[in-house]
Amino acid sequence: MADVFQLAGSAWETLRFPLGGATCLFGGILCLIGTIGVIRFPDFYTRLHAASITDTSGAFLVLAGMALMAPNWLVLVKLFCMLGFLMLTSVTGSHALANAAHTAGLQPKIGPIDQRGNDDHEEGGH
Amino acid sequence: MTFAALIALLVGMCLLLFRALIGPTMYDRVLAVNSFGTKTVLVLGLLGFVMGRPDFLDIAILYTLINFVSTIAILKFFRYRSFQVPLVRKTDAAPRGGDRNG
Repeated sequence: MADVFQLAGSAWETLRFPLGGATCLFGGILCLIGTIGVIRFPDFYTRLHAASITDTSGAFLVLAGMALMAPNWLVLVKLFCMLGFLMLTSVTGSHALANAAHTAGLQPKIGPIDQRGNDDHEEGGH
Repeated sequence: MTFAALIALLVGMCLLLFRALIGPTMYDRVLAVNSFGTKTVLVLGLLGFVMGRPDFLDIAILYTLINFVSTIAILKFFRYRSFQVPLVRKTDAAPRGGDRNG
């Protein structure tokens, strides 16, 4: 029984570096795709959508790949700290940015938002 | 493969600099700089793993927090034109900018 565990451990030791590299590469490609969206989308709000998808899923995949390649537990703890901070701050920053733009009266390209009147209509889109 | 991910992130950072330069509004520039900071964090971590020294993660953690604080500070400055205004909800007459203060 201990043999099986040892075999699985050694297989994991050899397998985790290619697996982590592939996860990092996938996250990097997601970041690149989101950045192309930031360049090519026509509007501030759509650009915000592309950038926030990059910040959440791309950052999560890159950090997960680095965690698979981590040499010791300290690095793993640091990576989890970074993941927690990024998951808290990037979402909050995106919300603050959209709220600031909407308060300042920046209109999306698909049509003007009624800023004064029916407030629940525009709140429903979040 | 980690190096390829690093190259992809660096190309993405160059494209984001382009958006930060040509951004039509101020919010596009802030968005580009914020996303640039997130990618800088990821590049710092990946650079440590490529060079075989994961000690760069400390700098990356620090940069995460600085990036968030700088985004909020820029937004607050362009909203109120000052850093001195407290960010609390007024019960009576709301400050300029409407009633959507949070």
